[in-house]
Amino acid sequence: MNILTGNDLKSGAVVWWDGTGWSLYVDDAVDVGDRAEEILAREQSARRVNAAYAISANRDDNGVRPAHIKERVRALGPTVRPDLTLKPKDPAAMNWVI
Amino acid sequence: MYQYDSYDQAMVDTRVEEFRDQTRRRLEGKLSEDQFKPLRLMNGLYLQLHAYMLRVAIPYGTLDSRQMHALADIADKYDRGYGHFTTRQNIQYNWIKLEDAPDILADLAKVEMHAIQTSGNCIRNISSDHFAGAAADEVADPRPYAELLRQWSSFHPEFSYLPRKFKIAVIASDSDRAAMKLHDIGIQIVRNDAGELGAAFFVGGGMGRTPMIAPCIRDFVPLDQLVTYAEACLRVYNRHGRRDNKYKARIKILVHEMGAEEYARQVEEEFAHLLEQGIEPPLAELERIRPYFADPEFETGLPSELDRSDPEFALWADSNTHPHKTPGYVSAIISLKPVGGIPGDASARQMHLMAELAKQYSFDELRVMHTQNIVLPHVRIADLHALWSQLEAAGLGAPNLDTIEDIIACPGLDYCSLANARSIPIAQRISERFAAKGRTRELGELKLKISGCINACGHHHAGHIGILGVDKKGVENYQLLLGGSEAQDTSLAKITGPGFDEAGIVDAVETATEVYLSNRTEGERFLDTYRRIGMEPFKEALYG
Amino acid sequence: MADTPGTVLGTSPDEVQFRFRDDDVVDHGTVTVDSFVDQSNATAVRIEPGDDARELLPHLDRIALVEVNFPVFGDGRGYSAARILREAGYEGELRAVGEVLIDQLAYMRRCGFDAFAPDTPLDMADAEAAFARWGNVYQHAADGAEPIWQLRHG
Repeated sequence: MNILTGNDLKSGAVVWWDGTGWSLYVDDAVDVGDRAEEILAREQSARRVNAAYAISANRDDNGVRPAHIKERVRALGPTVRPDLTLKPKDPAAMNWVI
Repeated sequence: MYQYDSYDQAMVDTRVEEFRDQTRRRLEGKLSEDQFKPLRLMNGLYLQLHAYMLRVAIPYGTLDSRQMHALADIADKYDRGYGHFTTRQNIQYNWIKLEDAPDILADLAKVEMHAIQTSGNCIRNISSDHFAGAAADEVADPRPYAELLRQWSSFHPEFSYLPRKFKIAVIASDSDRAAMKLHDIGIQIVRNDAGELGAAFFVGGGMGRTPMIAPCIRDFVPLDQLVTYAEACLRVYNRHGRRDNKYKARIKILVHEMGAEEYARQVEEEFAHLLEQGIEPPLAELERIRPYFADPEFETGLPSELDRSDPEFALWADSNTHPHKTPGYVSAIISLKPVGGIPGDASARQMHLMAELAKQYSFDELRVMHTQNIVLPHVRIADLHALWSQLEAAGLGAPNLDTIEDIIACPGLDYCSLANARSIPIAQRISERFAAKGRTRELGELKLKISGCINACGHHHAGHIGILGVDKKGVENYQLLLGGSEAQDTSLAKITGPGFDEAGIVDAVETATEVYLSNRTEGERFLDTYRRIGMEPFKEALYG
Repeated sequence: MADTPGTVLGTSPDEVQFRFRDDDVVDHGTVTVDSFVDQSNATAVRIEPGDDARELLPHLDRIALVEVNFPVFGDGRGYSAARILREAGYEGELRAVGEVLIDQLAYMRRCGFDAFAPDTPLDMADAEAAFARWGNVYQHAADGAEPIWQLRHG
């Protein structure tokens, strides 16, 4: 699947296109098919997202998994600071990132 | 320490208001991201992997307790309670909001700090010797010259849209503790045969994808022509540096392609012209700056003997202090490299403590080392035990300066949007491995440096052992390099061969140290042994 | 670069949004540096980023307008070109053209530009704020502003 990610303009937070808006959680990401360019142009010019781009990903039983490690790290947080990730209480959360 | 006068203060205050206005225009949509990006970068604001990152300048690595407290407060108020000290003596915060950035800059301005030109294609924060003013081997304190150049380079109207970033380091001793020859311009303050001070200019060094050691293009520039000569160096670069390819845009490529002699000739021509233009501040300006860096009131007749009755303390004191020019004092190094920790990170609480200790024991002064540690430059030997006890209690007492645990590592793929691989976990696994085996001390001085991509922020080219993270078909892979140095014997490390995975690179480092241990002769460091026996025995052990 | 026949290089006076001179605006008809040097009657010239401004120095007495083009705002060679001309005593109009944006105006002014013809007209209030923002400067440049070191030491 093709999904979109970027950063919130004001806060800088990593966000994912969920079909209607931008979510903090990669599992909310939806397949945009071949509509990436169109959505990116519209959303960036409206300043609803910054520095956004399309990546490939897979959905499995556990959720949406970006194909490349860089976006997997983006999806959760720094691997060296589990306490600062989106799932600080879940030590296993990091397992799929690396 | 330098103190702002009303002019300096007005300049940083104006900058804060300018950036507040730029941020407003960005949020209102009057500036596109392409237009805003160089502006935010020139105020230290990056967009990184997880958020905005703010890099705050610590000019020539010197700060006082008030400033360190302010840095800690920023970490608590606007970030997540910590900061990262960098290889160019700055500090970075990883979780900044764009809408907060102008307020952070305003908070910094209140303590005579800023983030001006800590990124962007302009002259960056000027770095220097972390032992400046304390070392016995310097001909002068290099910091007044760095401050003179700080003011010259700040908001420079001609040199703010250079082909690429531009880094300057200033030192004043034959010992190079600032990687001077690996800068775009390295300046060494020297004394000539007539006993006058002047500056030797080394131009065109750098790391990155094409590492180069800067050649000396002029061995003596009189102090009253320093700014003019620097201006000439920059103008030749601004006009002729390559702009067709960002990977060939640094001045090292210009100097290399043009030849150092031709570059020097063009600089001399421009210099002769600029000398007629009256752009040099009078020597009186240097004389005005100099007293700010005068020695504190050192006591005389202090004891120089160390009470070694506590072995753990003695170990730290032997490892983490540096001789001072004044009897009875040393410079004490606070290691930000606890075993298994993140190199260069400090919590707000630790920053507050380091500030308190500086006030209590070091004439209110701290330094940031390019090796991502902190120096208390002027500590009475008699106070060392008390100092150590407090550091130890706060997790800041690692006795590992210049050892294999004292690793330089860039933020890598855990934080950086340019990185190809993670650096920090490699540093953690290596320090854990050697600490667990009790090998650290036996190995002696061993400088290990890790970069998570070819941009080389972790100085891997200059490590006795260097590690470069690369992306091998979407998987992290690590190349091993040997034989680099960023000291006065500057050399560039060479790649051993095919790379390793995360576990493999830790084993490979251990293998390299075993080759060293079995080949070294009396008194040889790892680097010395490598230079004597060459790459082959290491290759044989690693790949044989 | 050769002039393209039938087109007029350069900006027209109508496109000049800001001008800090009292003399009459010079019309376009601007030629490239190469053709200027061969052409004895031209009085206006346009500098592109790769051009050497010093080629103009022998002819400064007959130049009334120099346009310096910034095709992209991040290419800073035009700042050096401007200062080189002012340092050589050029007193005619020095016009920044191309991708001239609010946040580069103050530095351009310091390098000696006294006219601005941005591709896209700038917000007047933002531009005026940018021109007025910096009351002091650290360096001697081409705008005659007294650097802070001069204010400190007289």
